[in-house]
Amino acid sequence: MLVTVAFGLVLPIAAGLWQTGRAGVGVLPAIGATELSLVPLRDLIALPGFSTALRLTLVTGLGATALSILLAVGVCAAMHGRMSARASGRLLTPFLAAPHAAMAIGLAFLLSPSGWIARALAPLAGWDRPPMLATVNDPGGVALILGLTVKEVPFLLLVILSALSQIPVREHLAAGRSLGYGRGLVWIKVIMPQVWPLIRLPVMVVLAYSLSVVDMALILGPSNPPTLAVLLLRLFTAPDIGLMLPASAGALVQALLVAAAFAVLSLLERAGRVLGRWWVRRGGRGLSAEPGLWMATVLSALLFAAGALAMLSLLIWSFAWRWPWPGFLPDSWSLRAWSTPGSGWAAALGNTLILAVATTALSLALAIAWLEGEDRARRGRAGWAEALIYLPLLVPQIGFLFGLNVLFLRLGLTGGYTAVIWAQALFVFPYVMIALSDPWRALDPRLVRAAGSLGAGPWRRLFTVKLPVLLTPILTAAAIGVAVSVAQYLPTLFMGAGRIATLTTEAVTLSSSSDRRVTGVYATLQAGLPIAAYGAAFLIPALLHRNRRSLQAGGAA
Amino acid sequence: MTLELQEVAVAPKGARPLFPPITLTVRPGEVATVMGPSGIGKSTLLDAVGGHLAHGFTLSGSIRLDGRDLSPLPPEARRIGLMFQDAVLFPHLSVGDNLAFGLARSARGRAARRAAVETALDRAGLADLYDRDPATLSGGQRSRAALMRTLLAEPRALLLDEPFSKLDTTLRDDLRAFTFAHIRDRGIPALMVTHDPADAEAAGGTVIELTECTPQGSRTGCPHHMRRRNPDPA
Amino acid sequence: MRLISTLSILATLITTPAAADWQDTLDAARGQTVYWNAWGGDARTNAFIAWVGEQTEKLYDVSIEHVRLSDTAEAVTRVISERAAGLDTGGSVDLIWINGPNFLAMKEQDLLFGPFVEDLPNAAYVDLSPGAPATLDFTVPVEGMESPWRLARFVFTYDSARVDAPPDSMAEFVDWAATNPGRFTHPDPANFMGATFLKQALVELAPDPDVLLKPATDASFVEQTAPLWAWYDALRPNLWRGGEAFPENHSVQQQLLNDGAVDISMSFDPASTAAAIEQGLLPQTARVFVPEDGTIGNVSFVAIPYNAANAAGAQVVANHLLDPAVQARMQNIEVLGSFSVLDPAKLDAAARAAFDALPTAPALPTLEELGPTLPEPHASWMTRLTEEWARRYTR
Repeated sequence: MLVTVAFGLVLPIAAGLWQTGRAGVGVLPAIGATELSLVPLRDLIALPGFSTALRLTLVTGLGATALSILLAVGVCAAMHGRMSARASGRLLTPFLAAPHAAMAIGLAFLLSPSGWIARALAPLAGWDRPPMLATVNDPGGVALILGLTVKEVPFLLLVILSALSQIPVREHLAAGRSLGYGRGLVWIKVIMPQVWPLIRLPVMVVLAYSLSVVDMALILGPSNPPTLAVLLLRLFTAPDIGLMLPASAGALVQALLVAAAFAVLSLLERAGRVLGRWWVRRGGRGLSAEPGLWMATVLSALLFAAGALAMLSLLIWSFAWRWPWPGFLPDSWSLRAWSTPGSGWAAALGNTLILAVATTALSLALAIAWLEGEDRARRGRAGWAEALIYLPLLVPQIGFLFGLNVLFLRLGLTGGYTAVIWAQALFVFPYVMIALSDPWRALDPRLVRAAGSLGAGPWRRLFTVKLPVLLTPILTAAAIGVAVSVAQYLPTLFMGAGRIATLTTEAVTLSSSSDRRVTGVYATLQAGLPIAAYGAAFLIPALLHRNRRSLQAGGAA
Repeated sequence: MTLELQEVAVAPKGARPLFPPITLTVRPGEVATVMGPSGIGKSTLLDAVGGHLAHGFTLSGSIRLDGRDLSPLPPEARRIGLMFQDAVLFPHLSVGDNLAFGLARSARGRAARRAAVETALDRAGLADLYDRDPATLSGGQRSRAALMRTLLAEPRALLLDEPFSKLDTTLRDDLRAFTFAHIRDRGIPALMVTHDPADAEAAGGTVIELTECTPQGSRTGCPHHMRRRNPDPA
Repeated sequence: MRLISTLSILATLITTPAAADWQDTLDAARGQTVYWNAWGGDARTNAFIAWVGEQTEKLYDVSIEHVRLSDTAEAVTRVISERAAGLDTGGSVDLIWINGPNFLAMKEQDLLFGPFVEDLPNAAYVDLSPGAPATLDFTVPVEGMESPWRLARFVFTYDSARVDAPPDSMAEFVDWAATNPGRFTHPDPANFMGATFLKQALVELAPDPDVLLKPATDASFVEQTAPLWAWYDALRPNLWRGGEAFPENHSVQQQLLNDGAVDISMSFDPASTAAAIEQGLLPQTARVFVPEDGTIGNVSFVAIPYNAANAAGAQVVANHLLDPAVQARMQNIEVLGSFSVLDPAKLDAAARAAFDALPTAPALPTLEELGPTLPEPHASWMTRLTEEWARRYTR
């Protein structure tokens, strides 16, 4: 089992990185480049705007990550105990489910100078023309940071909430406050140091993602120059194939950038530990963190509102006909965008569904096999195995997808569903595995023992006890799998050889077209599919287990 | 049917055994009791007998049921029933289906199996509760359902892990009597782990008090700090 | 009657070799699926390609799978990486909508199948005499390696409700933008349309436009583009967002025009404005204008990669695109509105009548209004323009 996963996960990434790395130092025999040299790197650095692109990448990637962490922690501190885990879970779900691209498309309209916010303000401000402000694709990357934050705060919130459930927060809070510390300070000095080790890996995932995001950066980010990942995508797809060498060198730079960011994170962590200890020993109680918490909550609420409005605007656009500036709502409505499935969205929806079902089923089967394997071996997971699962989420996609593509081509695997399913599963499996691991381990072991003592063999124990009792987490993991699969852009684009059009690849392509109404249809479907999957994950167990009290309320046994 | 433990000890990998080796014979219908402080490994001993030892523990000595060595057998083949502190009913199945899960394969045919379950429910004072959600039962009802589920599997021995500790006093006495009566009835050996001297008293079988291997004690010379009372069982 | 049959026999005799070859192609193509890699950013083109697919499936049992590209270079890259991987047959790209630098790149690297154009029966309707527009692609000789399918002319679009007098020469854009700061922009020159905007200005401003028809050299490039950069330096500060950011392509710019964020957009399709109004994508008051001295025009082609898995099917599709009925439908403003590449002189009366009967619209310019067609500079000029622009204005 482990061997299978190692081959399925590590090998493609290692091989992809190897191929990219070779090309990055000038060896790509396919285009006649065989000489080991630093010329590709030099060419890359000489590209116009390269240093700006690098700076933009750092500013947006690090900025979005830092902002997301601050907001998520602040909201947790402010709202913990005031909102049930279930209610907050349900609030977060649509934001988690909506793919980055759909969210970006919606935000692009919401925030643009001719967008929804500007239209609402136009009568007050007396704008007869859209104001001349760079609110999206701004050269500073602020819109991209906002877009990333809208998606990452809910993710981090979920991760932190799940970590908090393993810590006696209320007791520690009570103890800390009785010692004269304010709520915010107890969070910073007592709770967060305990939470951090539990959320370190997810934070690294967010960091790696934010530094190497492509689809969101294409839609919301600056374009002249763009961020590094977008610049590399342009180079990889440029007509001049010679540019593949500097592009590969750039992919290495991208990977190094992420590695350096991890190093900085680890340094900050160490420095934080030292400073924190000094701070704790000083025993200062005077500082009030309340205003900070309050600000984080308000900011997050604004972000959530922006996200919700963005999704709503997509839906409205898909039913609009003429919606000129400065109308707050469309002048005329039409079902035309929806009523022509033959124009492409039906095929894209079909492909998306096939890929989502296949990758999710595959990933779920692998995850269950892995977890059951651990159970049967009666042992927990080694640290390296845990790192292995996270690996695909920590290596920037563009760093190995190009090399993997070359490899797949050589194997004659490219352009088909198999290649795309495999490439997508690289990213779907980790999320499914992470989502399923904790509930799986939290399953009362006595249930399985009781079944064994009643004569049930391992297979019967799996299928008649474990899987049914774990139905809710399994379906939740499946819904996450569907959401991740639907959102995949680069793997689908590269491995599908462009032949497999999904809602996401089409939506990103259409986001640079003139028809927001058609884009609205794709983005609505793109967001709707994962939300429907989450809905099913919620409704199916509720229906099947409607007479089983202890399986409701999310409590597994 | 007799359960025999010969010099049985359990040790975490590379460490001293948790308790000195135990040698014990539990005769049919007898309920032997193991007592001792928390964390000494009473439950681990039951895991060893039931075949549920976690990875990283080594078992020494031999465990035999009716003269047959259990160690090569997986849990499901040992036919040793388990009773926990809180009756662990499968939450996704109805009360009746929990019993049906346990009911041995020897009962064939839908009607026959249903009848067997109904009879068992009846005997446990749970008549008409076949379709109930186990989560809606009272503590006593749940324990009786769990015992019935275990017995329907026709076990050849029974392990009881503090089965009565969560019940209030009156209920505890009832259930104790109910459980022990069934064990005696079936004539199967039972091994019980408990904190409660009253449990041991009521069981009336051999009582073993586990004591820790002291750090000074050598591996082999782990002193026999156990006290046994061996009232003659009927 | 006898005359006709005699003639047809004669015709058969004369055309036997080619016709037989074509029959072989038709036979080989039967049942094939052609992966046509074409830019997918225009819904009307997408719908037209889908319609062509229905036609070829019905007539020749050749179906078309439209691989929608956001940039034609993606398809070129794919062929290159396939060759890199040693995939010399059974490639994934069968047909590419291509021209300009992408064609030059593929032709120079021997990545194309052909020559095949003269073997297409419908090529008889195209003027393929030396120097004719369909034989040159950005001044690069086509040599039968790509088949024409639609005509492109560079035009500007403006909203007549907001703009009274659009500039009537490229030079005048500087003054116009100074009076209307922030109301004009052009697509990023990394994009085809942005580069074409620069080329349009270059053709008008270059000291000697004839030099542009030859490959650019370091010296000629500096000399010919000097007035262009002076012009652009004067124009740029008054562009949308101060000339610091540009729309990704002309579709995005059209959306800016529709939103009222800019007043002028541009297109390579004179009918696109009328089509966009029809589609509700531009206000009813949108109109087309061109500089007085004319604009750049070129022909869009389809080419077949050397390793195409379905080369026969791809030829059948290329041939069908040149069918007079298909071309007339393409020129129909209600369908696509793209000008035909066929030579009216080579059409029979019925085909010509079909073209004459096509509907018109207020925003659809006549050929006279479009003025003279200027030739595309040699492809090397575009590559250099793009690079030089990036070097000067990307920080």
